[in-house]
Amino acid sequence: MKLFVKFDFNVVCTKILVEKLEEFGIKYAMLGFGEVEVLEKIPSEVYTAFTKALDEYSIEIVENQKSILVQKIKDTIVDMVFNEETINIKTSAYLADQLGHSYGYLSNLFSEVTYTSIENFIILQKIEYTKQLIIEGNLTLTEIAFKLNYSSVAHLSTQFKNTTGITPSAFQRIISKRRDILKK
Amino acid sequence: MNQDYIHIILADDDEDDRLFFTDVFEELKMTTKVDTFNDGVYLMDYLNSEDAIIPNVLFLDLNMPRKTGMECLKEIKANDKFKDMAIAIYSTSASEEDIENTFVYGANIYIKKPDNFKKLKKALSEVVTINWQYHTSGLNKDNFLLRL
Repeated sequence: MKLFVKFDFNVVCTKILVEKLEEFGIKYAMLGFGEVEVLEKIPSEVYTAFTKALDEYSIEIVENQKSILVQKIKDTIVDMVFNEETINIKTSAYLADQLGHSYGYLSNLFSEVTYTSIENFIILQKIEYTKQLIIEGNLTLTEIAFKLNYSSVAHLSTQFKNTTGITPSAFQRIISKRRDILKK
Repeated sequence: MNQDYIHIILADDDEDDRLFFTDVFEELKMTTKVDTFNDGVYLMDYLNSEDAIIPNVLFLDLNMPRKTGMECLKEIKANDKFKDMAIAIYSTSASEEDIENTFVYGANIYIKKPDNFKKLKKALSEVVTINWQYHTSGLNKDNFLLRL
């Protein structure tokens, strides 16, 4: 006896995907056209097991290589800025060395994906770190400038003002007034 | 997981200003979706409705009839539902004290309305770019202050 079957690939794949998502306890929303929105962060070991389970059905998660590399660039910069040992190293050489691509390539890719440049991103990170240190209140602005490898406190102040439009002292005043309001 | 456009809302009672604003975003290279409201009451009615889509950035004019930008700001900051939304005050000239007060009451950005289209384009582009960094790079939004 021969049986003739007919199936809808889309329905089959979607059903497998839903079963697997549920099996791994992943909270999701189906968006259709092969897109799934993940509503909670997936722990990396669950993610690995999940991709492996899908692999059995030849279902592959399409990852955007560009976004992954950009994320790596950002992570490397953040590590660098927040680490006293690496903050003095030349960024372009450090990034190229850590990520195994030329700085020119990384720089173009970064601008294409994030609408900003690596240089601007570094400045933004350093100013963010400055803000955090100002709020903590343990260091003077001069000490912060030294810690972040600025040539002078004036240089840091200028960069702060250029980046945020306000001076470090106005920033400090605003944050402390905000806290007073919250306390009321 | 990645939203591929930036959702922006503007509340402003001046029709020309609303038009300039939407024109700028049509020219920027980022993909944006811009909604506008004519005053603070319409804005808050929308934001408080159950099916409201909370924007990435809200631009608030300070001087609006019925409900001012400052009243909207205070209402928004009192509601946890809006904690991920960046608030930009978009206004004609104000005193230094008024400007600082908008920051104190929780605004992230203060933009003095530029007098020409080119400057407006530059300012709005900067706001959206920096906001995007806060959105995508895990920066602390509580410390996000920008004045243009």
